[in-house]
Amino acid sequence: MLSLNLKRIIKSGGQNFSRNAFVSLAAVLIMTITLIVFSTILFASALLNQSLVEIQKKVDVNVYFSPVATEDVVKNIQIDLEKRDDVESVEYVSREQALENFKYRYRKDTDVLEALFELEDNPLGAVLNVKAVNSSQYEGIATYLESTYPSGTEDAIINKINFNENKEIIDRLTRFIDAGQKLGGIITILFIAISIIITFNTIRLALYISRDEIKVMRMVGATSTYISGPFIVTGILYGIVSSLLTLLALYPLTLWTGRVTADFFSGINIADYYVAHIGQFFLMIFFSAIFIGAVSSFIAVKKYLREARKRG
Amino acid sequence: MIYFENVTKIYDDETVALHDINLRIDPHEFVSIVGHSGAGKSTLLKLLLAEELPTEGSVFFESEDVHMLKPSEITQLRQKVGSIFQDFRLIPNKTVYENVAFAMEVAGRLDEDIIQDVPYVLQLVDLERKAQNFPSELSGGEKQRVAIARALVNQPEVLIADEPTGNLDPANTYDIVQILKKINDLGTTIILTTHNKGVIDELGRRVVTLQNGRVVNDDPTGRSSF
Repeated sequence: MLSLNLKRIIKSGGQNFSRNAFVSLAAVLIMTITLIVFSTILFASALLNQSLVEIQKKVDVNVYFSPVATEDVVKNIQIDLEKRDDVESVEYVSREQALENFKYRYRKDTDVLEALFELEDNPLGAVLNVKAVNSSQYEGIATYLESTYPSGTEDAIINKINFNENKEIIDRLTRFIDAGQKLGGIITILFIAISIIITFNTIRLALYISRDEIKVMRMVGATSTYISGPFIVTGILYGIVSSLLTLLALYPLTLWTGRVTADFFSGINIADYYVAHIGQFFLMIFFSAIFIGAVSSFIAVKKYLREARKRG
Repeated sequence: MIYFENVTKIYDDETVALHDINLRIDPHEFVSIVGHSGAGKSTLLKLLLAEELPTEGSVFFESEDVHMLKPSEITQLRQKVGSIFQDFRLIPNKTVYENVAFAMEVAGRLDEDIIQDVPYVLQLVDLERKAQNFPSELSGGEKQRVAIARALVNQPEVLIADEPTGNLDPANTYDIVQILKKINDLGTTIILTTHNKGVIDELGRRVVTLQNGRVVNDDPTGRSSF
């Protein structure tokens, strides 16, 4: 009996959807627009986070060693740093590599290169490029290095830690990331709430025309489940169709905006990002839409069922 | 079969719709309830369908107080009592066939039964050719015949007809009355409310006259003091 009722409820829900074509079209269009706004916000939020991660990856702290610091000493410090929880990676640049890098950087500056040739020995020390797990942790790493291996003395092995030079940009980035995440979170929640309210009201209006129908069904002796079932199925169908339309509409939208916004998002192309994450987006939009459609229908039909009971 | 015992109904706005009604309706009877608008005819039917609660007294259907039933039992009661109304109350986006089948579906009947019974009952009200039409494509008389088919399809013991001819022309009124008589002849108890004297005369069956919420006349031969 349960499967028979389920079959009838699904069939009736499908009929509601197709026979009230104009109402369905209006509901699907409004739901699609809402879902596009909803997914754009989520999409932008994810993309912004991704961009911030990319920027974060480009920031590091460089520890310049004295030429007298041997490779063993520097590598021991590298091992020491790698043990720390706040350190993501440490890259070792040997004295020779540092010299090559220097020469490459100043390859067009003959004065600097000539001055370098005047020197008998390699004046550069090894370098450790330290990446922190989080950009707010650079200060702690720099402080640790300065207190453990003080610079400025004659026998100091560390010449310079360029944290102070990068400090401002790191601080700004940290603040930007924090603010971005907080603001993004608030805006996302706000828009999701607005999307749900708009969708709910759209479905409620779509069901408004069925108030008398609900009363008739009750009069004939239908149970509340049997009355509300088809409307919930119709709500789910609104969700399915509008989520598919949203996914279709997002591709040309991302393609169009991708070229314009690539620089803003640290070189990430929105269209590529969308295609790469299409599975996640599909699941998220599809199930959110179905959930919103079903819950909105359920709440709306429950209200009309109560009214039908009151009106007798 | 149906008993109204000292039933009084006073609405929230202090309107006395029914006052101390005592009424008994036996199986297979055809009872017309007549009276002016506001006499209490519809309230009487709503009390029987448990759509309204009495202020005092009890309404029994097959020795069960309908106002003591649980919601699931009220659903079963409404499946046992067919009802038709002046405004037809059809489901607009279902075809004639589906409107009738819906009553069987909610009663939990199998698809095979529906396929067998719906055409039969549509034939009974002479609407088999309109089975795939929607209510908006039917005349008033045809709509009422669909409502009758829907009310009948579960073979109810009682058919309640609340002003079923109120929106119909004389020809359609005559048709509906003939169908109701035929249904009664087949054994279904019918309770009809009307203020059409022609209908009462045509029927020549028991007439209960209500006035200001009281039974003022109960004549088994079809005469009313209306």
